[in-house]
Amino acid sequence: MLGSQLPRLLHGTPGTPLTLAQHEAAFAPTNPRADLLTELEASGLTGRGGAAFPTARKARLLAEQRGHHKFVVVNAMEGEPASHKDQTLLSTNPHLVLDGAEMLASIIGASQVMVCVARDRPALVNYVKRALHERERKSRRSVKFELHTPPWRYVAGEESALVHWLDDNESLPQYRPQRPTILKLDRHPVLVDNAETCANVALIGRFGATWYRELGTEQSPGSALVSISGAVARPHVVEAALGTPIRSILVAAGAEAMPQAVLLGGYGGTWLSGQNLDVPYDNAFLSAYGASTGAGVMVVLGREGCGLVETTRVVKWMANESARQCGPCAFGLPALGEDLTELSFATASSPAAFSRLVERCGAIDGRGACRHPDGVVRFVRSALDVFGEDVKQHLRGAPCGAIRSQKRYATVPMLEREEELIWE
Amino acid sequence: MGVRRRPGAFVLKVNPILCDGFGHCHELAPELVTMDEWGYPIIKKELTPFENVGAYESARYAVRGCPRQALNIERVNEK
Repeated sequence: MLGSQLPRLLHGTPGTPLTLAQHEAAFAPTNPRADLLTELEASGLTGRGGAAFPTARKARLLAEQRGHHKFVVVNAMEGEPASHKDQTLLSTNPHLVLDGAEMLASIIGASQVMVCVARDRPALVNYVKRALHERERKSRRSVKFELHTPPWRYVAGEESALVHWLDDNESLPQYRPQRPTILKLDRHPVLVDNAETCANVALIGRFGATWYRELGTEQSPGSALVSISGAVARPHVVEAALGTPIRSILVAAGAEAMPQAVLLGGYGGTWLSGQNLDVPYDNAFLSAYGASTGAGVMVVLGREGCGLVETTRVVKWMANESARQCGPCAFGLPALGEDLTELSFATASSPAAFSRLVERCGAIDGRGACRHPDGVVRFVRSALDVFGEDVKQHLRGAPCGAIRSQKRYATVPMLEREEELIWE
Repeated sequence: MGVRRRPGAFVLKVNPILCDGFGHCHELAPELVTMDEWGYPIIKKELTPFENVGAYESARYAVRGCPRQALNIERVNEK
C-alpha cells in the first residue's frame, strides 16, 4: 500500500505508462466499496479541471437522476497550453484514471465511460488505447470504455462543448440557462470529470477518506498536480500537497525564487504578485487575492519580463480561441487584445486605450454562453491590478525594457487564422 | 394585451449563442435592454416586479420581436 507521502498520483515515470499488472501491483486491486459515495463526500475532493466543484455533490446529483442509461466522460482534453498535468498523468499511470472513472460509473449507475483525449496528441492517444485494450482482455469489468478524440481547442475541453462534440461532432459550448445544469447526451445524463479528479477518486475508493485527508488542508484535502513553466530550468509537472506555500512549490521545481509574478490557474486565471508568494496553494487562502488553483497552472514571470506584454500575448491567443458563437466574446476579446497592445507599446494613445480597456472589461463580463470571456476578463483585471506600477509607467510613455529584450515566459501556441480553426 | 396581475418578478434572459445583434430588443424594451458597442444587448440583471406593467409589456414585445427568438422571460417568485 502507498504511504501518505508524495507522489500519490504520479506513481511511475512519465512516458512509460504502467501496465495493468504493474498498476495492480503498485496499488491494491480494486475492491468495490458499497459506501463509495459517502467516502467521496467525507474526502472533500473538489474537481481539478478548474472550477473546483465538489466531486461528491456532482456525483450525487447524477446518481439521483432517473434512467438506466448514463455516461461518465473523462475529460483529458487539457486545453490550457501551459498545462501538462493530464498528459503526464495519462502517460504515467492511465489505469488509475480509468479505475476512477469506473468507480464514478458505479456510483451514478452509468454503463459507459468515454475517455476524451485531444487527437493532436497521438502519443497520448496510443497510451490510452493500449490501457483500454489491456482492460478489455481482462474482461472482468462491466463498464464499457470508449476512446474519443476531439480536436484540440481551448474551449473544446469545456464540459458542454465536450458533450456537444460527443453528441454532434462540434466542439462548441452550449447555452445553459440554469446552473448547475445536468448535461445530456442523447437525452441521457452525463457526468463530466477531469482526468486528475478521476485519479483522485480511484485513490479514495481504494484507501478511504481518512487516508486521503492525511495530505492537504482541512478545506482542500489531498494533493494536486501543478504544471510549472516560464522562468524555470525545465517546464514540468510536480505533485504538491494542497496548502503548501507557493514559493516552496516553485523552489522545489527549480524556479526563480523571487519572480515578478506568477500566473495561477490557467490562461483564464489570475496573476499573483511576487510579494504574495508565501500564500498556501489552497483555494481558501487564494480567494483573498481573487485567485484560485484553477487547472493547476503556474507560469513564472521572471525579472526581465513585462507582465503587460505577457498578458497581451495570452489575451490575443485566447481571443482567437473563442468559438465566435456569442457577440460579446467574438468581438469583445479581440478588442481587449488590441487595447492591451496599445497599452503595452506605450504610445500617445495608451491612456485612451487604458480607459477603453477597463470599460470593455465591464461590458464583456458574464455575457457569454460559457465562461471563456469571463476568464479572459478576470485575467486582464488581475494584470491591471498586479502590474499597476507597470501600467502607470506605460501610460507615462516610458517604454519597458521587456518589449525589446524579446524575453517571453508564457507558452502561447501560434495564432491560427480563423478559417484554419478546426471544430469538428 | 392581457397582462394579468401576478406576484413576483421577472428578468429578461438572452441566449447569447442565438443572438446576432439585430437590436430589436433595444428598440422594443429600452428600459430593460441597452447595447454594447458591437450592437449586442446588455440586459438589466435586476429583477423587475410584475407590477411594472409597462416594463413587462415591453419585455413581451421584445421576446416576440426578436428575429432569432433568443429572448425569454424568466419568472422569479419571491418568497
